[in-house]
Amino acid sequence: MNIVVCVKQVPDTTEIKIDPIKNTLIRQGVPSIMNPFDKNALEEAIQLKEQHSGSVTVISMGPEQAKATLREALSMGADKAYLVTDRAFGGSDTYATSYILSKVIEKLGPFDVILGGKQAIDGDTGQTAPSIAEHLGIARLTHIRSMKIDGNKCVVEREIEEGIEIVEAKLPILCTATKETNKPRYATIKGKIESLKADIENITLADLPNMDTTKIGLKGSPTRVKSTFIPERKSSCEMLEIVNPRETAKVLFGKLAEAKIL
Amino acid sequence: MDLKQYQDVWVFIDCFQGHPKDVGYELLGQGRLLAEALKQKCCAVIIGENVDEAIKGATEYGADIIYVVRGEEYANYSADAYGHAFLELCEKYHPNTILIGATANGRDLGSKLAIRLKTGLTADCTALSVEEDTGNVVWERPAFGGNLYARILCSETRPQMGTVRPGAFKKPQKCQNKLPVMIREDIRTKQEDILTKVIDFIKANDESGIKLEEAEYIVAGGRGLKGAENFAMLKELADLLGGSVGASRAAVDAGWIPQSKQVGQTGKTVTPKVYIACGISGAVQHLAGMTESDTIIAINKDASAPIFEVADYGIVGDVFEMVPAMIKEMRISKNLEQ
Amino acid sequence: MSLLYTEEQKALIALVKDMAENEIKPYVQELDEKGECPGELFKWAFDMGLHMLEIPEEFGGTGLSYETTAMIFEELAKVDAGYAITFVTTFVALRNVILSGTPEQGKYFADIIGKGNFAAFALTEPNAGSDPAALRGMAVKDGDDYILNATKTFITNGEIAALFVGFFKTDVKAGHKGISAFIIDANAPGITIGQHENKMGLRLSNTTDVTFENVRVSASSMVGAEGSGFKLALNALNLSRAFVATLAVGIMQRALDESVKYAKERKQFGKPIIKFQMVQQMLADMAIKTEASRVLVNNTMRMMDNGSLVRKEGSITKTFVSDCAQEVTSNAVQIFGGYGYSKEYPVEKLMRDCKVFQIFEGANQIQRMTIANELDREYK
Repeated sequence: MNIVVCVKQVPDTTEIKIDPIKNTLIRQGVPSIMNPFDKNALEEAIQLKEQHSGSVTVISMGPEQAKATLREALSMGADKAYLVTDRAFGGSDTYATSYILSKVIEKLGPFDVILGGKQAIDGDTGQTAPSIAEHLGIARLTHIRSMKIDGNKCVVEREIEEGIEIVEAKLPILCTATKETNKPRYATIKGKIESLKADIENITLADLPNMDTTKIGLKGSPTRVKSTFIPERKSSCEMLEIVNPRETAKVLFGKLAEAKIL
Repeated sequence: MDLKQYQDVWVFIDCFQGHPKDVGYELLGQGRLLAEALKQKCCAVIIGENVDEAIKGATEYGADIIYVVRGEEYANYSADAYGHAFLELCEKYHPNTILIGATANGRDLGSKLAIRLKTGLTADCTALSVEEDTGNVVWERPAFGGNLYARILCSETRPQMGTVRPGAFKKPQKCQNKLPVMIREDIRTKQEDILTKVIDFIKANDESGIKLEEAEYIVAGGRGLKGAENFAMLKELADLLGGSVGASRAAVDAGWIPQSKQVGQTGKTVTPKVYIACGISGAVQHLAGMTESDTIIAINKDASAPIFEVADYGIVGDVFEMVPAMIKEMRISKNLEQ
Repeated sequence: MSLLYTEEQKALIALVKDMAENEIKPYVQELDEKGECPGELFKWAFDMGLHMLEIPEEFGGTGLSYETTAMIFEELAKVDAGYAITFVTTFVALRNVILSGTPEQGKYFADIIGKGNFAAFALTEPNAGSDPAALRGMAVKDGDDYILNATKTFITNGEIAALFVGFFKTDVKAGHKGISAFIIDANAPGITIGQHENKMGLRLSNTTDVTFENVRVSASSMVGAEGSGFKLALNALNLSRAFVATLAVGIMQRALDESVKYAKERKQFGKPIIKFQMVQQMLADMAIKTEASRVLVNNTMRMMDNGSLVRKEGSITKTFVSDCAQEVTSNAVQIFGGYGYSKEYPVEKLMRDCKVFQIFEGANQIQRMTIANELDREYK
């Protein structure tokens, strides 16, 4: 079984702070990590490989430093890793990014299963993976809880707001993983040592001859950022003094009743 | 692409087994505002097997035109069937703008349409407006876990598309005596073109019966709750208020409460009347999911916790003392106790 | 920190740190109170391969140097030294069978440990601690077998080991030259595990008495020649003695980390107590001792990697580091003040954990005698 996983290196957005004077994001010193949901996707891929035998390929579109994330994927048990990188890809929105990745997958494939995380914690769109499926013209199921494969069919538990759908589909298929899908494993010491020595190839525009260059980079992105801003927080909090808990609760409810909130 | 050929704001009325979700109605409200700014119409798009409830709802919430595609192949959502139907509608009627609720299915559908229509899709929008001179919708959305907000444009292609979180906007007032134009299109999707098939469904186990996104009162717990068992008192308070229990990512990650209760950037967005944050520090990712609540009450031991920057009422105290005290006060006021 | 870590070492340390902090640390306080460690918690370390790091690759190990292995175990010990020592005891026992036994014995032992099992060293007896030659356990030949009888005490991993390396007298009249070593399966009939020792520290580490009553083992389970057991035990202790010092370094580093953090937050007389000179002196001395200990351990590891038996250096390392740890952890409690004395805060445990490092692996008083004897031998 051939499986490919799309992973992204992201800043750990729980560690990002705002410069209070310049009102900008402080990105320095923020650690770069593998997007947590991509880790769930990778874990799912490795489990499938363990059950069905085959190989797990990991790809990531990003700058050279994203290789650290690819190495992490190798240390967990992926077999091959590629960095998709080229100046021409810079500035791509989800349309262009998904197009580029779909071309890479075509080149490295064919694959039975494509896995990705449900959203990246920096962009938070959740669009790239399903868009890849659309470019490739294959089935896709997002937000999976579990995946069982039997021959060329799969049965997936898919999480929607109302509950869990059990969905059947034929391979090839693209699925996106959530935190509920599994608990990603730690690398083994051996795996970590080998991953540090592994060769990670770059895939550039030159390696993708049938790429429609009007669909990549800034020019190939139908959406663009007009402006960004940091949300201002109003600080008009009425702090209640604690006399004793009961008194404070009384005062709180009194105020809420007065303001006709409760 | 002559952008002027594209007219009207379309709102997808997302349904589950024939029952429309609130987000479709919330977007009809927003769609109306955009349509007015564009001087175009606001339309509802309904795809399904049982469509009557959705048609009724779209009428009540003010759609000018209602597009309906009916068929048993649309009983359950699938990207292929719904995508195909929606695409055919787009190809025939050239909408200018498409709004889709950012549910699991909505996001999926949005991606499919955007790629096939070769156009831009902006996800999880929290505010919408229109550039008067260009007719571009300005899609405002959070990024970097909610640390940064971006305004996005889709200026060269149409339709311009966006998904919007359920609960990000409130439902508009219902309209009386409005008669929308009904356009029923007979678009069928062949079974062999539908690559996925729903074979079963397990309803979510929601003990309180009130969905988090629809709750008017939410009592949420964070790291300060220290353990799963301590969420019981939050539930007691929520029940007394007639609301629901929520949680921050820290509590979910610790395994104290399921992910379905998570409020925040990678959880749910809520806009209740009252949001009581207990032992929640107020990380940006959490705030992204609840700052639009009408009234926010925060209880935290740490006076410098960021949650106090967004709260309306703040108590620097011990949740293990305050919550039971609040429960007692509620019980007394409801005559359950002296 | 003062060592020149390679990229590989940094990556391995970061990996173990991540696992230990997320999967083990949250449970340590409660388990220390109870004095136990459930089997599932060890699974994380087994899965990562921490039981076979230093073991050669041909035996299924990772073949890491003592130097790198020590760095990894220091990191693990920062979270809990008792958890760490469970694995140290195991790989040291295996290492010694590989060094002193036949290849078949090495393979047999390694295969069992490799599957995710523990080992124990059954040397000490109630009357034979610092004086192991005084042990009374007997191994009597019976055809192609030996019958073993002994009461062993303070055995680390006694209850959880799958294999023992046990020491028994095969020749009562030959003194220490009459001791032989045997590999014993834990499920051999006649083995009774005594009560779990209720210890001052290292409470996640399992310590019990083990009684061998007419336990039958085949002659092929003797490790090394008959009568070579004492030498094997001493060589074994040479390696492990130097190695356990890295756990004490981990304890000290944790004590230092917690103390600096606390001293920066805790305000008295209008400022953080780290601004007061006497607190600064304590922290400085803690840093001095921790850094010096780490470098000493590292150098001794490199000597071991180079093939040295480290008779003197191992003793120096263990003695110096364990004495430092006493002072460093005591200072940590002092800096935390009243809070340091409470089990709610992590430092009193560190003080309790490190005391045994002055006692086991050869009491520090014995170490000083060894060092002096080595000096006597060196100078002509």
